[in-house]
Amino acid sequence: MPSASAKAWPAIVLETLKANDVRLAVYVPDKILIPLIDGVEADPFFTALCATREEEGVGICAGAWMGGLRSILMMQTSGFGNTPNALASLAVAYQIPVVLLISERGALGEFNVGQVWSSRVVAPVCAALGISHHAIDRLEDVEFILDRSIKQAIATQSPVALVLSPLLTGGKVFAA
Amino acid sequence: MHRIALMRRLTAMLHDEAVIGGIGNTNFDLFAAGHRPQNFYMLGSMGQAFPIALGVALAQPRRQVIGIEGDGSLLMNLGCLATIGAVAPANLTLIVMDNAAYQITGGQPTASAGSVDFVAIARGAGIARSDWARDPDDFVRLVEEALRLSGPSLIGARIDTAAAAGQPPRDPAQIRDRFMQAMGARQDFGTSRG
Repeated sequence: MPSASAKAWPAIVLETLKANDVRLAVYVPDKILIPLIDGVEADPFFTALCATREEEGVGICAGAWMGGLRSILMMQTSGFGNTPNALASLAVAYQIPVVLLISERGALGEFNVGQVWSSRVVAPVCAALGISHHAIDRLEDVEFILDRSIKQAIATQSPVALVLSPLLTGGKVFAA
Repeated sequence: MHRIALMRRLTAMLHDEAVIGGIGNTNFDLFAAGHRPQNFYMLGSMGQAFPIALGVALAQPRRQVIGIEGDGSLLMNLGCLATIGAVAPANLTLIVMDNAAYQITGGQPTASAGSVDFVAIARGAGIARSDWARDPDDFVRLVEEALRLSGPSLIGARIDTAAAAGQPPRDPAQIRDRFMQAMGARQDFGTSRG
């Protein structure tokens, strides 16, 4: 685990988004993402909005890109399961670099069996659609993976999915 | 009302507005009414016309943006009305082409053939300026008002099930690239060098 003096992963994510001029933050709420959601809501650099469904977020981010605004779409793994049709027929088909930042449930101490099965669709769906996907599990990798993935998505006009592992975030633990 | 007739009236009113056409007959008739580079035509992603339009509206606050969606498509993604009501973009107009049928899959009735009222739903979602167009002239008046006034609007148009008058080419890369150029978000690199 990172030392108390190290910069926390949410601060690194927010700084990396700013460094890449990512100004629109669309999210469907998730407990692990709270520091990111609070961060984008509090910072006037970002336009932050809560979508009702992850698939809707793909549409919003795709429209923003076509209008010249970079965005990030944040969700948890179960919510990723709501996105494949929009990813396939919009982001992939039209070559739109939607960047997904996904909080991982379902692994490393998950207490809800529903989360376990829904989380397992992420990697196979990304593989089937040819979408680059990476797990971020170490604090020292957060900036590199996020920064390079945003840049590659834009340069190659392709969506990308990044999964925030419990190894990085601590995950959500059962409150006994 | 006839979808193609309304699309022609709409297209005749437009200048540099962005228009996002939902899947099927909605974007077919948008294209058939006269292609403009500021038009975006969906090929899949049913229900995403209004979210895409919201994204364009957020990216281009000085441009008026119009989303056009069918009744079946909107029913698939009603939550987007709540998002748009909450965000309340100043420059977004939503048009629902409601023929109470999943026309492209064989005409099965949608819920709007019965109990559903999209204008009432939109008002309930916080889009206060939501109205049914009584006739084509009223449709034009409502669009003019929506484009002139600040804040989101929704216009419902009850249409028949006439077949679309044409279809856009199914070339998503070209549709997207030309749309982005029209938005000023991407430059053509030209046809020659030197």
